[in-house]
Amino acid sequence: MDASNYLYISALLFTIGAVGVVVRRNAIVVFMCIELMLNAANLSFVTFSRINGNLDGQVMAFFTMVVAACEVVVGLAIIVAIYRSRRSASVDDASLLKR
Amino acid sequence: MMQLAIEVGQTATPEAVMFWILGPLAVLAALGMLLVKKAVHSAILMAFVMVVLAVFYIAQDAVFLGIVQVVVYTGAVMMLFLFILMLVGVDSSDSLTETIRGLRPIAITAAVGFGGLMVSLLGRATLGRDAIGLSAANADGNVEGIGYLLFSRFVWPFEVISALLVTAALGAMVLAHQPRSSKKTTQRQQSINRFRGESIATAAGLPAPGVYARHNAVDVPALLPDGTPAPNSVNASLKARGDMLDSNTFDLKKISTQVEEEK
Amino acid sequence: MTISTSLVYLIGLPFAGAAILLLGGRRTDKWGHLLATALSGSSFVVGVYHLIQMVNRPTEMRPISQKLFEWISVGSFNVDAGLLLDQLSICFVLLITGVGTLIHIYSIAYMSEDRDRRRFFAYLNLFIAAMLLLVLGDSYLSLYVGWEGVGLASYLLIGFWNQKPAYATASKKAFVMNRVGDMGLSLAIMIAFATMGTVSFAGVAEQAHHTSEAALTAMGIMLLVAAAGKSAQFPLQAWLGDAMAGPTPVSALIHAATMVTAGVYLITRSNFVFDAAPTAQLLVVIVGAITLIFGALIGTAKDDIKKALAASTMSQIGYMILATGLGPIGYAFAIMHLITHGFFKAGMFLGAGSVMHGMNDEVNMRKYGALRQFMPITFITFGIGYLAILGVPPFAGFYSKDMIIESAFNSGGMQAIFLGSLTLIGAAITAFYMTRVMILTFAGTKRWDEGVEPHESPWLMWFPMAVLAVGSVTSGYLLYHNKALYKWLSPLFEDHGEHEELLKPIVVSALALTMVAIGVSIAVYKYMRENIETVAPVDVSWITKFVRKDLMQDQFNEKFFMRPGQLLTKALVTTEDVVVDGSVRGVARMAIGSGSGLRGLQNGFVRSYAALILVGALTLIAAIWVVVS
Repeated sequence: MDASNYLYISALLFTIGAVGVVVRRNAIVVFMCIELMLNAANLSFVTFSRINGNLDGQVMAFFTMVVAACEVVVGLAIIVAIYRSRRSASVDDASLLKR
Repeated sequence: MMQLAIEVGQTATPEAVMFWILGPLAVLAALGMLLVKKAVHSAILMAFVMVVLAVFYIAQDAVFLGIVQVVVYTGAVMMLFLFILMLVGVDSSDSLTETIRGLRPIAITAAVGFGGLMVSLLGRATLGRDAIGLSAANADGNVEGIGYLLFSRFVWPFEVISALLVTAALGAMVLAHQPRSSKKTTQRQQSINRFRGESIATAAGLPAPGVYARHNAVDVPALLPDGTPAPNSVNASLKARGDMLDSNTFDLKKISTQVEEEK
Repeated sequence: MTISTSLVYLIGLPFAGAAILLLGGRRTDKWGHLLATALSGSSFVVGVYHLIQMVNRPTEMRPISQKLFEWISVGSFNVDAGLLLDQLSICFVLLITGVGTLIHIYSIAYMSEDRDRRRFFAYLNLFIAAMLLLVLGDSYLSLYVGWEGVGLASYLLIGFWNQKPAYATASKKAFVMNRVGDMGLSLAIMIAFATMGTVSFAGVAEQAHHTSEAALTAMGIMLLVAAAGKSAQFPLQAWLGDAMAGPTPVSALIHAATMVTAGVYLITRSNFVFDAAPTAQLLVVIVGAITLIFGALIGTAKDDIKKALAASTMSQIGYMILATGLGPIGYAFAIMHLITHGFFKAGMFLGAGSVMHGMNDEVNMRKYGALRQFMPITFITFGIGYLAILGVPPFAGFYSKDMIIESAFNSGGMQAIFLGSLTLIGAAITAFYMTRVMILTFAGTKRWDEGVEPHESPWLMWFPMAVLAVGSVTSGYLLYHNKALYKWLSPLFEDHGEHEELLKPIVVSALALTMVAIGVSIAVYKYMRENIETVAPVDVSWITKFVRKDLMQDQFNEKFFMRPGQLLTKALVTTEDVVVDGSVRGVARMAIGSGSGLRGLQNGFVRSYAALILVGALTLIAAIWVVVS
């Protein structure tokens, strides 16, 4: 079995996450899908790290995790703020930018 | 022979077994995330995918990342998700019918194309050499190796990203903070309101939920001395969320008044 | 070269007058004309003062200059706004301010009934200032400013009664045709700058020896175009006749005595260019010769007294241009004829104005007749001018015109006989049409309209006419005596020694007088005995019809310049509309179209934006895929 199998699964997970962002309306699920995409990228980093034989990829994955954490914190705060004013967590309801 | 395979980055048989079991499960769980109606189920499936990824990390000699993945994602991040889900309504389920015309076909077509092209590209990508493996890089231990890199080559990004983290924390506080729109009522004002309000009935304060009720739960209304339930004994936010049980089901008149013998 | 600080007053005084009158508005209505006349007169006094100073200095110290300010300073290119008063300029200064002041005095009476008299005097002062700047500038660039200034003043004064559309059109015509000449002058300046790196007269004179003949020829031709535009020479002559729409004093000052002679000044001033460019010089001669016959022919068919005089002006300036084209032997005589012409032609125009004043502004000579008894002073002054232009001794024109004819005969080669003959024929035609004017106006029977009562003009009007008449009698002899003007101007020109004499002066004079006598006789024979119709006869030969239409000059311009110009403009407008605007509008329409098309994408739903990102990523990946495979 080849290490690039991990890359294939990473691509699949990433694609699934992307579809989820588009098709799901619940803001929290959308966020989870984004997390899924980030994790898929992380898996690629780790695999590349293994293929290249150094730890740079793992450090990158570490950074990605921190950024993801930041993003989740801020994003969820935004969701809470929106929910408080609109009583809805659907991203379709927050479509006021059109006008 | 086995040792040689590890050396050149070929996955060994136990790892292959693990991969072929966990990999399809992770993909199925990820697909399930998209298809289930309730957000909380999505969250659980998500947690499963993340644990699988942690296993994959460890299998690929990224022990530190695997542990961090479990702690940070399945621990902190998923808890945060669940906490917000609680706040927003844990039971609310999404309708999966698409409201924006044409979006779903476009998304699925694009995604299939994207995934297919990615896989196709990865399949033909070649390094011109075999995978190296991390035995040499992890000679002093995985944590030490990463630590060494973080505090030498990547110390500047590390500092920057810590600043980002602090900023994000502050930003979350600012976003979640809601300034008080009305003046806070003092105790004096509250007692005036209680006695000079529309009805003297509230003067003694609202009944607490569960009092004289058959259940000692927060969403069960109290029973008044005449046996009727008091809807205003349940917290207003539960009512607003629709989590309050129907008061009428607790009306004493509608159930048998025969006292059951305590065993 | 002497330095002076008082030159600026020459220009400054009339300019201040124009500024006060134009900015002061109606407040200056009561005394504006007096102020303007006084300022013009004081400018004349300053001029006379400078003349006396100049005469008393040795020859090489005579030119004086004044630096006003540093005008343009770009890298190695420096132009100072400076004034230069030398022997040539002083002639013009005195002519401009002297005749100008007389015409100011005349206008006080002539324009007394006009409610815009103040504006008229403001423009007159503006003209004097601009004309003085033209002749006093020490570089082509300063000259250009004055050149444009007189063009502006001329435009304003021709269209002074612009409530009449025909007059407004006439001023526009003069302005536009002058622009053609101005283009020539600006091109000449650019050529001078490009080839010699300087635009001052002194600088160009110095550099002319080291510059290629081709460049000098180009510059000379451009200067000739400029001169032709301003001096109404062939082929830019058509505006002068229509310029008579302006008040008569304007015709006398600007379109007879001073501004139209600016071309002669320009060529004389640029003698160093023309002396080194024989081709350009030859063209100058040709232009002068054509114009002198052309103008004279037009003069024979005009019934409008002012237009007849205008045609005569054109013809006389043709003489001057011809003389300047002859080179060093001709410059002084051109200037001499210019000065005498300034006297007698201004006098005759004022006389015409006086006649019009007495005849209810009638300009058609066929409705005059027998005015001799009713306007004696006008008759005498006009008659003196008439004798002067004919070249009857001892009047001014005899000396100046004879000198030009003589120079033409003495210019050497085959062209000498040809040119000399042309000038003689011109003199004969001049005699014919001027006699015609005299007879139609002052002799014969009364052909006046009903209710016209001719009367002599007030003294404010006949006094300037009398002064100019005195000038018309004496100026010729004074300038000719002992070759006074020739010696005065000769330091400015490089004379190449004596010329062969084809004909002796006495023979030339005899020939000229014979030709004049022939012209006068024909005119007397045709017009003295005949009963003149008040309407021009229609059944005339095609030659007469041709001449009456100004030798088709307007038709020619219209057919060969105006119509193609309009076609070009229309084509350009269409091109602009379809191609330029079309492409601009096309871009706009494309932007609008794509905008309204893409607006559908901007539906406010985050998810559709995310889908677009996904499609974008797909495109990117696809591109990579294509590149890789």
